[in-house]
Amino acid sequence: MSPFMGYFMLGSAFLIIVSMALMLVRLIGGPTLYDRLLAVNSFGTKTVLFLCVFCFIIGRPDGVDIALLYALMNFIATIAALKFFNYRALDVELPSGNSTAGRVKVGEDAR
Amino acid sequence: MSLILAAAVDTAHAVETASHIDVVGILRTVGTIASMAAGLFFVLAGTIGVLRLPDFYTRLHAAGMTDTLGAELILLALIFQSDNIQMVLKLLLVAFFLFVTSPTATHAVAHAAYRAGLKPLLGEYRAPDLEEDKT
Repeated sequence: MSPFMGYFMLGSAFLIIVSMALMLVRLIGGPTLYDRLLAVNSFGTKTVLFLCVFCFIIGRPDGVDIALLYALMNFIATIAALKFFNYRALDVELPSGNSTAGRVKVGEDAR
Repeated sequence: MSLILAAAVDTAHAVETASHIDVVGILRTVGTIASMAAGLFFVLAGTIGVLRLPDFYTRLHAAGMTDTLGAELILLALIFQSDNIQMVLKLLLVAFFLFVTSPTATHAVAHAAYRAGLKPLLGEYRAPDLEEDKT
């Protein structure tokens, strides 16, 4: 990689970190639970991108494996958090239809 | 401007050392810069949208749309820069998983919020009713 491309990658990584820091504002100050979950999911996607760019900067391609693992874990964590906050437990079978039994309404405990 | 000059010097140096015009190298550099700039634009625009839009559903729209496209473009830029086929395959795998899971997670969050009864913010500017116009 040429020196110019190294600096370009460094600037890109810095901009991705700026974007992650701005997403933390929404994560901390989000009014509802779903705003926070959205911010966590978006933060995880940006983390994957930063890991890919960073392992290009330091010249070790092993980091892409960690990025791949992080992408999968981010998705599973989002789905698990949604299920937990809907049913207050993870040991519940998801309904196949559109039944709303057992769900928590947003006015009760979603903040 | 200085970045463009640095890129020009960089490609000129590549031309001198290769003693013939390195078309593939120039195309890789240009593709990397264009794709990375577009991806960073989309990612930053999505972040600003999440910060500034007034409602949960509009924020979800901003984040869900731009994160997918921005991530794909940034990974495409890295694919242009990678040297061996192993790296390209790994990055393609990351891109594929992000392409599948990011809209799915966005849909799951939106569906959960809608089923939990979170109301969208309706402003005061609506389409006028036809009956009120008659009176």
